[in-house]
Amino acid sequence: MSDALVQIRGLRKSFGTTHVLDGVDIDITKGEAVVVIGPSGSGKTTLLRCINLLETYDDGSIKVDGVEVGYDGPPGGRRRPRGESELAKIRADIGMVFQLFNLFPHLTALENVMLGLVKVRGLAKAEAKSRAEHWLNRVGLGDKLSSLPNQLSGGQQQRVGIARAVAMEPKILLLDEITSALDPELVGEVLSAVQQLARDGMTMIVVTHEMTFARDVGSRVVFMDAAKIVVDGAPRDVLSNPSHERLKTFLARIEMKHH
Amino acid sequence: MIDFALKTLPFLWEGLTVTLYVSAMVVALSLVAGVLMGIGFTYGPRWLRFLLRVYSDILRGTPLLVLIFSVYYLMPFAGVNLNPLPAAVIALSAFKTAHVGEIVRGALQSIAAGQTDAAKAIGLTFAQRLAYVILPQGLRRFLPPWVNSVTEAVKGSSLVSLVGIVDLMLASQQVIGRTYEPMPVYVLAAFMYFLINYSLSVASRRLEARYAYIRE
Repeated sequence: MSDALVQIRGLRKSFGTTHVLDGVDIDITKGEAVVVIGPSGSGKTTLLRCINLLETYDDGSIKVDGVEVGYDGPPGGRRRPRGESELAKIRADIGMVFQLFNLFPHLTALENVMLGLVKVRGLAKAEAKSRAEHWLNRVGLGDKLSSLPNQLSGGQQQRVGIARAVAMEPKILLLDEITSALDPELVGEVLSAVQQLARDGMTMIVVTHEMTFARDVGSRVVFMDAAKIVVDGAPRDVLSNPSHERLKTFLARIEMKHH
Repeated sequence: MIDFALKTLPFLWEGLTVTLYVSAMVVALSLVAGVLMGIGFTYGPRWLRFLLRVYSDILRGTPLLVLIFSVYYLMPFAGVNLNPLPAAVIALSAFKTAHVGEIVRGALQSIAAGQTDAAKAIGLTFAQRLAYVILPQGLRRFLPPWVNSVTEAVKGSSLVSLVGIVDLMLASQQVIGRTYEPMPVYVLAAFMYFLINYSLSVASRRLEARYAYIRE
């Protein structure tokens, strides 16, 4: 499976004596939308944050487009953690959207999206502006270009967050519980922006508690429990005919919360 | 009274320029060093943070006068002979740097970790994250306590008179020595100190209003 865009092998990480990732293997092909579900503390957010090195990993390998992200070599031998400028280059090609939006509060919506285009991609101001406008239009915020984050609703802020990530034209997009801080009536607008991206063939890994995400966006669903991936399959199989005992319990608990 | 003021003002004026010069030097030096120190405090490796902590605690825990005397009277034993003015400026700046460093540290640490995450995620390097994301937000939290510390620096500069520098303080005392009129001279000098610090406060309020765009 060397054609995988993301290839993770034997990934391990611990905080002190707690194993948060205990041997994770997964391949993600270009164009796939992989939805990761699982109970809190199962390691799904950590897995996501390891892929763009917001967290370091202790052992194993993460390759994005053939490049080992955390170290200058494969596991086994002596390897050096990547330095600041190498990391910045790798991260520029991996987009991320956050649970709490994390927009830059001192910049307008347009400037939030432009910052990476100008400073990282090296685009001229005018070009960056038109690309940022294009993406903000795409997420339905063409009339909010000069709004500061605190003048926007949660759903609007999160759509700016999405535009900021995809405007960089990343190889892959990481979505970390992007609707869990939103009021229920605002989830739909963010969900449909993501659906649109998935239809356009954006490769993405979606960590979520929102089962609608798994059903409507996912081309594959992965269930994590106790620092491992325990189920990996098509959404229909995983969600409708759960065969794994812990997955059944998890889905039952989620259903209960929604009724 | 007016006649008296007109006669003494030129002397006080010269003292005032020295006070302004010393204050400006100290504020500028401690600003640069303090910002670097605050960055080291927040993002530096453990050994650096430890050294900065030791420096900060010692400097902030020592009376300013003792620091000035130490630099002026003790440095010659280390083979460094300094004139009173540079010695005083170094002592005051070293002291002020510790304070500015703490203010910068507080401002930087008050910025949510998610800001750094987001800045990293779009591929900004450490220097870019500081320049475009962290420092612009920290500025707002930095300004009020910093202006406060600048006014402290202006007042603290009066201690340089004790190593013989004719600042506003010593100039006032010299005028009093000649005229035997302490009250009006001290009132004039106090008014001058007040004017400096009051204009700083006004400038600071304007700046703060300008950077008040982030509501919390």
